[in-house]
Amino acid sequence: MNVIALEGWQLGLAALMVVALAACTTMARLGIGRPLLIAAIRTAVQLTLVGLVLEALFASARFQWVALMAVAMLLIAGREVMTRQRRRLRGGWSFGIGTMTMFLSSFSVTILTLTVIVGPQPWYTPQYAIPLLGMLLGNTMTGVSLAMDRLTTNVWQQRSVIENRLMLGQPWQEAIGDVRREAMRSGMIPTINSMAAAGVVSLPGMMTGQILAGSAPALAVKYQILVMFIITAGTGFGTLAAVAATSRRLFDQRERLRLDRLSTPKG
Amino acid sequence: MPAPRDTQAATSLSLAAVAVGDLEHLSLTLAPGEITCLSGPSGSGKSRLLRAIADLEPHEGDIRLGDQPQQALTGHDWRRAVMLVPAESQWWAEDVGAHFDHDCQAGLEALGLSSDTLGWQVARLSSGEKQRLALLRALSRRPRVLLLDEPTANLDHATTLRCEAWLGAQARQYGMPVLWVAHDPEQIKRVAQHHVRIAGRHLETST
Repeated sequence: MNVIALEGWQLGLAALMVVALAACTTMARLGIGRPLLIAAIRTAVQLTLVGLVLEALFASARFQWVALMAVAMLLIAGREVMTRQRRRLRGGWSFGIGTMTMFLSSFSVTILTLTVIVGPQPWYTPQYAIPLLGMLLGNTMTGVSLAMDRLTTNVWQQRSVIENRLMLGQPWQEAIGDVRREAMRSGMIPTINSMAAAGVVSLPGMMTGQILAGSAPALAVKYQILVMFIITAGTGFGTLAAVAATSRRLFDQRERLRLDRLSTPKG
Repeated sequence: MPAPRDTQAATSLSLAAVAVGDLEHLSLTLAPGEITCLSGPSGSGKSRLLRAIADLEPHEGDIRLGDQPQQALTGHDWRRAVMLVPAESQWWAEDVGAHFDHDCQAGLEALGLSSDTLGWQVARLSSGEKQRLALLRALSRRPRVLLLDEPTANLDHATTLRCEAWLGAQARQYGMPVLWVAHDPEQIKRVAQHHVRIAGRHLETST
């Protein structure tokens, strides 16, 4: 079975639906029309560009180009994690912790999957490496940014409680324990929910894509299970490391709560 | 009262050339079992000084418990020994009892609190009850030094006297040096063996 080719006018029809939605929300004064259109345009432009990049990458299949692409994806994800924080750690720590934890978890899980589990030849074959890394980074980014944002926001709101616990002689890990648990939870909930709903409520995007592209459903399902598990591992370890590093950074050597290390939110 | 964890020798607390915020060159020695009152205008840095002594705020100078410098202990060990009770206490669990590690029935009675208070919900407590429970919560952990930030601000006169008597007895019994931020001259006369005042950027001893 061959995939039915999509023409420009067919995409145009789909875009019309988004435009109609934007028009309706603008008329109802819901204030979401403009950001909706901007995001839609970004999607079209970004995906078109990445399509060109991927075609070139697949044609060359050189390790250094695959690595360069991977690093670019990582840096963009790190920037995205930082911009999603209402209260950032000053001095580049938000970007640093976000990027470093995503690097450690997403890259090691991707490389492990490629070399040990899937085993394409060579292991960095871009048709496998880039989509896998992309899915891992995308989900890890969500987990890390949600967890870091929840952690810094809650520490700010509960600063008096945390300090009172410190005054009673609790170690910093204990004083911030409730906040850390809450942050870890909010980072992992989207992943846990998507595993629980997979196949029952939602057909995951990658599996849908493979079936549309002509794969046997049984094979698509196996790939999807593999992807779900590695996404969970990648997101979980990334979030774990981000929560640990961020909460450590909020205390100094004397276990004092250092809110001066957080920036004030803009706007 | 709960049994002490171990009988530690009573020690003094000493400050030498401490600087925090606008305050500088502060030197002070708190003797075991004695209450020193600290007064000064609002915003003069009393609470900040207590926070520095508890090592919750970056500061300069030398603070020692006996002959042990602050840096010789980890942050939490220091604060377990040199315990600050803030003006406004915070409660993180729903039940009052979850904030207490030790039995403290005798303390409840001495502070005029009902003996089943530990089974209550925190949301039910009045500000005066919270204030007394915060004192009891701190003292039940057997600190070696006590730093009190206006410990009787929300209490009526009779309860204030009760608290003063109990805190004085605790300080003597366990040989704790106490630094007590107070405004009321009558209270200072009743409880303090020593009185220091913040004047400008320094401390001066009152008589």
